[in-house]
Amino acid sequence: MIALLLRDLRLAFRAGGGFGLGLAFFLIVTVMVPFSVGPQPELLSRIAPGVLWLGALLACLLSLDRLLALDWEDGSLDLLATAPLPLESTVTIKALAHWITTGLPLVLAAPVLGVLLNLPLQGFQWLVISLLLGTPALSVIGTFGAALTVGLKRGGLLMSLLVMPLYVPTLIFGSEVARRGAEGMTVQTPLLLLAGISAASIALLPFASAAVLRVNLR
Amino acid sequence: MTLIVTDLGVARGGTPVLEGLSFSLESGKALILRGPNGIGKTTLLRTVAGLQPPLKGRVEGAEDQIAYAAHSDGLKPTLTVAENLTFWASVFGRNGIEKALDGFDLQSLRDRQAGALSAGQKRRLGLSRMLVTGRPIWIMDEPTVSLDTNSVSMFADAVRAHLGQGGSALIATHIDLGLEAEVLDVGPYKAKPPEIDDFDGGFL
Repeated sequence: MIALLLRDLRLAFRAGGGFGLGLAFFLIVTVMVPFSVGPQPELLSRIAPGVLWLGALLACLLSLDRLLALDWEDGSLDLLATAPLPLESTVTIKALAHWITTGLPLVLAAPVLGVLLNLPLQGFQWLVISLLLGTPALSVIGTFGAALTVGLKRGGLLMSLLVMPLYVPTLIFGSEVARRGAEGMTVQTPLLLLAGISAASIALLPFASAAVLRVNLR
Repeated sequence: MTLIVTDLGVARGGTPVLEGLSFSLESGKALILRGPNGIGKTTLLRTVAGLQPPLKGRVEGAEDQIAYAAHSDGLKPTLTVAENLTFWASVFGRNGIEKALDGFDLQSLRDRQAGALSAGQKRRLGLSRMLVTGRPIWIMDEPTVSLDTNSVSMFADAVRAHLGQGGSALIATHIDLGLEAEVLDVGPYKAKPPEIDDFDGGFL
């Protein structure tokens, strides 16, 4: 399992691995928001939590179609399926590698971009906490979407259509935590719901991903 | 470890291609599958490897015993030869890739990126993966594609050594490998076309 994680990380950091693409996309989207809504500090600070969450979500989505498709194309998915590692742990490791290369950098970059959007000072802490809790769910749900569309040529768009609705609960509660935090309100309820969504996705979805992957490998 | 296949029927894309196939493969033996293109050799091998369920019949003794080599080698172009092999060795819970590198004359290429190898060299790397798995039953689909005569005999030596250690091999190929192996022509097991019911049969 560790070998698979290390391989995926190594592949991501080598040439053409796609590490940093999601991060760069997040950066550009966030920087463009003031251009489109106008440079009004009050307005920007009001929409900052939502914009940052949506940007992080789209950046996460962007890197999903490489998650399993590359292994499918070169045949290593077949070989992994006949290896002693159960497919459930294979997809879990793949999701973890995706989170480390995409989700974690987004969490770390978000506060910097928060400055650009004039996020209120008390909001930074909750923005980072909400992203830290929410991005693992985004990776796991995304892995499920990638497993669903793995056999399709150019399935990237279809996967986005399938995955976006599944991201809605995470987005609602994640940006609610960030918004309430920024406005100095209590965040306990959305925070608990967000954590619940993440915990349930991480616990259940690897089994679903492995099941659809088995069907797709036939 | 004996692989027993009883009355197996397999389907590709929902269409039955082979049926009524039975054979057994004992340790130390190799079985060569022959048959024209499209007859279902790859489908049969994937079924035996457990990648798809059989239409009917049974495959026994394959669980966690097989190493499968498909048409594509599953190599990562940005990893070196040694890194690719080490990865597969650790996935199968083993270490030591030197024997595999020696067996397929890859020592001089070990630090080369797999993307920079020629087609034949990639194939050799893909085949050397079988040596690091430590699995007793090798299932190989056209292993000699893009290999030169020298590499083919290198491959035959590797299979012979594997059989000598009590392993077994199920190989679909069109060329003569020079192995003392049974040959199974799957042509006669071609599935008959399904009987066509009345066209409204499904609605009744």
